Amino acid sequence: MALPPNVSSADFNRAIAAWKQAVGNDWVFTADEDVALYRDAYSPYWGEKEERVASAAVAPSTVEQVQAVVRTANQYKVPLYAISTGRNLAYGGSAPVYSGSVVLDLKRMNRVIEVNERNAYALVEPGVSYFDLYEHITKANADVWIDPPDPGWGSVIGNALDGGGGWTASPFRDHFGAHCGMEVVLANGEIVRTGMGALPNSKSWQHNRWGFGPWVDGLFRQGNYGVVTKMGFHLMPRPEAMQTLTVRVPRDEDVVPLVDALNLLENQHVVNGSTSLGGGGAPGGPAGAAGWSVSLPIYGPAKVVPAQIEYSREKFAKIPGATFTETELFRTPLDAATLARVRKVSFGIPDLSTFGLLGRNAANPSPPGGHMDFSPILARTGESVLEFIRMYREKLPELSEGGTLRILGPVFMTNWDRTMVALLMFPVGRDPQVNGRMRNAFRRWIELCAERGWGEYRTPSVFQDDVAKAYSYNNHSLTRLRETIKDAVDPNGILSPGRYGVWPKHLRKT
Amino acid sequence: MKRANVRFLALVPAFVWIAAAAAAEPAQTVSGEAVYQRWCSHCHSAGRGNPGTESLKVKYGDRLPSVLLERTDLDAAAVKLFVRQGVLSMPPFRKTEITDVELAALGDYVAKKHVKP
Repeated sequence: MALPPNVSSADFNRAIAAWKQAVGNDWVFTADEDVALYRDAYSPYWGEKEERVASAAVAPSTVEQVQAVVRTANQYKVPLYAISTGRNLAYGGSAPVYSGSVVLDLKRMNRVIEVNERNAYALVEPGVSYFDLYEHITKANADVWIDPPDPGWGSVIGNALDGGGGWTASPFRDHFGAHCGMEVVLANGEIVRTGMGALPNSKSWQHNRWGFGPWVDGLFRQGNYGVVTKMGFHLMPRPEAMQTLTVRVPRDEDVVPLVDALNLLENQHVVNGSTSLGGGGAPGGPAGAAGWSVSLPIYGPAKVVPAQIEYSREKFAKIPGATFTETELFRTPLDAATLARVRKVSFGIPDLSTFGLLGRNAANPSPPGGHMDFSPILARTGESVLEFIRMYREKLPELSEGGTLRILGPVFMTNWDRTMVALLMFPVGRDPQVNGRMRNAFRRWIELCAERGWGEYRTPSVFQDDVAKAYSYNNHSLTRLRETIKDAVDPNGILSPGRYGVWPKHLRKT
Repeated sequence: MKRANVRFLALVPAFVWIAAAAAAEPAQTVSGEAVYQRWCSHCHSAGRGNPGTESLKVKYGDRLPSVLLERTDLDAAAVKLFVRQGVLSMPPFRKTEITDVELAALGDYVAKKHVKP
């Protein structure tokens, strides 16, 4: 059994015994074969000494058990690393950021506490996956949609806390933005409820996210100031219909008016679906072919959506050479035959089909297995897109070693309102040499983007320090503020040390 | 669609402190089919959008069925190996996801339940 750093064997054994008392012997994992299940299957350091690995895992099933586990960890100064369903693949999976941490596995906290159809919200625990919530809502015959991300086995809470997004309509597909109220266990074991949940007799916890006084929920997004044990989420009442307009423009420079029109329509809330910008004839695909395309799904009443499509066409028609295609008007709920030919996540139905893109398939019969996502945020303008393309084409031969590293992208993602992400994907597997070259390239992309004022919205855990360092305005004043808060609310630094570049005092490198 | 009353559970008072050991859970019959449907079917079923099936089709071609439940060569040990070790983009599954008891039931189900292609 491995020991957490700076923890004596005697203290660790006492902590283990206390955790077994709190959660039951079956839910404290110390055997090597059990702890190995918490390795990051997509780790770019797989099998190397720098791989981030756990020393043990403990899996409470109630908030009271979480309190007990955290209090024990605080007493013996054992670092914990909280995971929800542990499926944050490409961003660290179920492995800790700080090697030797004990994984606080919240998968067993899998209760859907409430689904309120009348006011369209849900209150869930961290172990609830999108599959779970969808199944619960379906069985309850509630007329609301969830907003699934790519993999349906992810945690509704975990995805929101990591900054994830989905594929239906705005504002629901910004998962943290769609949350309303949370319950958090602090490092001292105390429970905090945010927003209206701070009222002991609250009847409006999921009806207003702000409550009274300074709003603290943002501290727990990509944070390590507490363990989130409940979160509310606003759900979308089932839209009557959906239709997608695709616009194609012939010249590379047409991306400037194309993105301007897209922004106008989204900011007017005429287009509310997850739009997709791509090169040539492939919305969502990598740039490369001449010209650009964008697909614009619109959700709403069947009588209204065609009018919104028509209004949108008028805005793009001002671009010379623009052409248009439209899907049929899909009426919900879809019948089985229609469901079999559409992308399910766009209709609020979770699946795992995304693994077909980078898994073994006919076009890629020998993939390495895993991948890392590199996702810098650009300004949402066509000029930024062109600037990124120019840099990408200039630097790619060098950074991909003449193309041998097979870095995939860029895919220009417009999933989040007002936001443009230029996604690159770096395949990784079990070959340390190839992984090392991918890591070097990844770190160089971080630097290149930072030089141009582009920073990542999310990154694999092994690069979180690198990205955090790039957000360095005024001598890293944002990082220093976060450290000040960390030291105040978690003085022993036991909660997820290093998550998103925030380290407790005793582990900070000066 | 029928409207439903979907408020299921009252919130448990949050400040209750329970220091006692978790109560032993009563023994339950585990359905291997239920485990399969929950954890495997999303990737390994027939039809479009099943990346596990697509992957096995590329791996085996016509030599073996690509749909997991059509295989006749898998035993419980093989199922356990893949579930606990993962393969390619399929990660391993932790014991908080699939317990040892559930894994045994899953292995028996996959090994014995053969759907004719």
